[in-house]
Amino acid sequence: MDSDIKMRAERVNFFYGSSQALKNVNLNVFKNKVTALIGPSGCGKSTFIRLFNRMNELVVNTRLTGKIYIDSQDINLPCIDAVDIRRRVGMVFQKPNPFPKSIFDNIAYGLRVNGIKDKDFIEEKVIQTLKKAALWDEVKCRLNESALGLSGGQQQRLCIARCLAVETEVILFDEPCASLDPISTAKIEELILELKKDYTIVIVTHNMQQAARVSDYTGFFLLGELIEFGKTKEIFTAPKDKKTEDYITGRFG
Amino acid sequence: MERHFDEELQGLNNEILKMGAFAEEAIFKSVEALKDRDKNKANEVIANDKFIDELELKIDEKCLDLIARHQPMAKDLRFIVTGMKLNAELERIIDIAVDICQRVLELADKPLLKPLIDIPKLAGIAQNMVKMSIDSFVKRDGEIARRVMFSDAEADQLRNAIQKELVEDYMLKDKSTTPRAVLLLLIARFLERICDHATNIAEDVVYMVEAQVVKHHPEKL
Amino acid sequence: MIQSTKRNISQNIGFAVLFLCILTTLFFLGTIIYFIFTRGLQVISWEFLTQPPRNAMTEGGVAPVIIGTLYLTLGSMIFAVPLGLACAIYICEYSPKSIALNIIRISINNLAGVPSVVFGLFGLAVFVNFLGFGVSILSGSLTLGILALPLIISASQEALVAVPHSIREASLSLGASKWETIKRIVLPTALPGILTGVILSIGRVAGETAPILFTAAAFYKRGYPKSIFTEVMALPYHIYALMTEGTHPDRQRAIAYGCSLILLFMVLLISGVAIYIRQRQRSYHG
Repeated sequence: MDSDIKMRAERVNFFYGSSQALKNVNLNVFKNKVTALIGPSGCGKSTFIRLFNRMNELVVNTRLTGKIYIDSQDINLPCIDAVDIRRRVGMVFQKPNPFPKSIFDNIAYGLRVNGIKDKDFIEEKVIQTLKKAALWDEVKCRLNESALGLSGGQQQRLCIARCLAVETEVILFDEPCASLDPISTAKIEELILELKKDYTIVIVTHNMQQAARVSDYTGFFLLGELIEFGKTKEIFTAPKDKKTEDYITGRFG
Repeated sequence: MERHFDEELQGLNNEILKMGAFAEEAIFKSVEALKDRDKNKANEVIANDKFIDELELKIDEKCLDLIARHQPMAKDLRFIVTGMKLNAELERIIDIAVDICQRVLELADKPLLKPLIDIPKLAGIAQNMVKMSIDSFVKRDGEIARRVMFSDAEADQLRNAIQKELVEDYMLKDKSTTPRAVLLLLIARFLERICDHATNIAEDVVYMVEAQVVKHHPEKL
Repeated sequence: MIQSTKRNISQNIGFAVLFLCILTTLFFLGTIIYFIFTRGLQVISWEFLTQPPRNAMTEGGVAPVIIGTLYLTLGSMIFAVPLGLACAIYICEYSPKSIALNIIRISINNLAGVPSVVFGLFGLAVFVNFLGFGVSILSGSLTLGILALPLIISASQEALVAVPHSIREASLSLGASKWETIKRIVLPTALPGILTGVILSIGRVAGETAPILFTAAAFYKRGYPKSIFTEVMALPYHIYALMTEGTHPDRQRAIAYGCSLILLFMVLLISGVAIYIRQRQRSYHG
């Protein structure tokens, strides 16, 4: 497999009960790049990214066929623990979901569940992570306050920081700005661009402009199918498929 | 807030400056070739054109990419649109320099018609106008751009004078001078065109910096 | 126009009826409190709270009775809280959704509806006789514990269900196992709700008479309980005993009102603590 490919979906079909959510999807996610997935609601893009950290397993009565690879490793083999996969592939959700704990404990949580007990190490890591997530200056004086007291945008950056602390390799963003104002959104986007130096990023978004701004590659989903995948530049200036063109020019969807 | 977008805009700026530098160089060399009847220099300019064409495509693509991906607004939008126009103007200037060089190649083997005085003078004006227009872009300075626009009239007058001299003193008096005189006439015309393109650049720069449309609106100068 | 006036009238009548209902309820509550206060307050004194009964329970205090109630309540919670919580966690977090789960749920709800005297008989049969614990604090605690179990399970269940799905997902997505997620995220978040349930069930258990009637309560016992295998006096049963038996009904009645007041006060205090904890946690959890 190409060494630039971090994750790969091969002939993926996914079912909720009897309804098929994904139809024969093949897609490569490149290392240290931002891959955006766009498409109308219910097109399967969120379902798709949840395959990469095996979050769909938490939903009952689902079925997956096809293969998902991370670093050439099939992650759905019986010998592989979903917990290990999720340590490597972090996720930021649509609604900011900090734990009802202090800001410090929110970040330290991932370290603690991974068995780290060294207090100095945890503290250093928390500070370092908050700096990386461009949140340090805003929260350094209130690390012991409840994370729920932060603004929505700050909460979302805290959730990103939480992923970074466990030294994840990939970060999946599931519509991270859906509930944020434009300024907070811009901050998150800047952060994503900064983070791609060290991480591989996949972002699902309803907002095409956002996909255009932050991503290197874009995939367009429609009714569970991957209609078109390519360089963002090409998708947004000269899409090959008429359906993609209609969607990104706002002619439907 | 620092934006990653700013880095990309800076990258575009650098590419346009490169194009500007190529344009200045092309004019300079073509004028030298004309004055010295230097075929080598003329060929150099002609050969260089294909790199310029590549750069032009690259800049265009970059502008398109930035518009499509970042939906730029206000200042950013004006900069990118101006960048696209400047790119075309500069490329055109270089093409004209190539045209001049091709005429120089034809002239070089023929005896000198007359000592060149006004044409180098016009060439100087053209060179200066291009230089200043690029300068106004670099410094984001509407004042420099305005000075460029005022020079254009001088260039037009000089071209008319050259035309009159070549037609009345040479072509009408001695038919055998016509082929050489026409070539010189063309060169004068090319130089004046360069001045027009420099004026366009200056107008675009004023739009970019001040958001004022001065093109076809001389009263706004 | 006419129609809207009509609607307004019927609305006003509706509101008036609802308001009357509330007023009635408050009236009864107020009467009970007033009644018990005025009669009970006469006998309350430092001696009443700290001394054992004397002279065939017509004089002295009720300290061993209060202690007995505290023991029984504490014992029942030691038994019921871990068990109830474990059941709730299993039902909410682990068991697959199935018919069996529904049957379990219905059974637990039914358990809550069983009359308390039936629990008393059950305690007598199982703990006192079959397991041979005798009439003792242990038997009484276990019986009261079973009584409290459905309350604790349903309160804990509610608290667990109320923990947002999103933070469970967040925890799992960080590579925490399901158990770690429950231990470190779900339980701490649900804790205020669980505590409220526990405290309310303490209130309930402290006031129950029937379950301890055959399993723990003594009509009279000298001194303080020394082991969990001894029988014990408890406030609710003590009130019952004072009112129905003995030789000096008048004096005994006064003491009974005193005991009622203490019991009422204990239950109010416990409920107050529950409300306080809930409020405080709520403010932290946003």
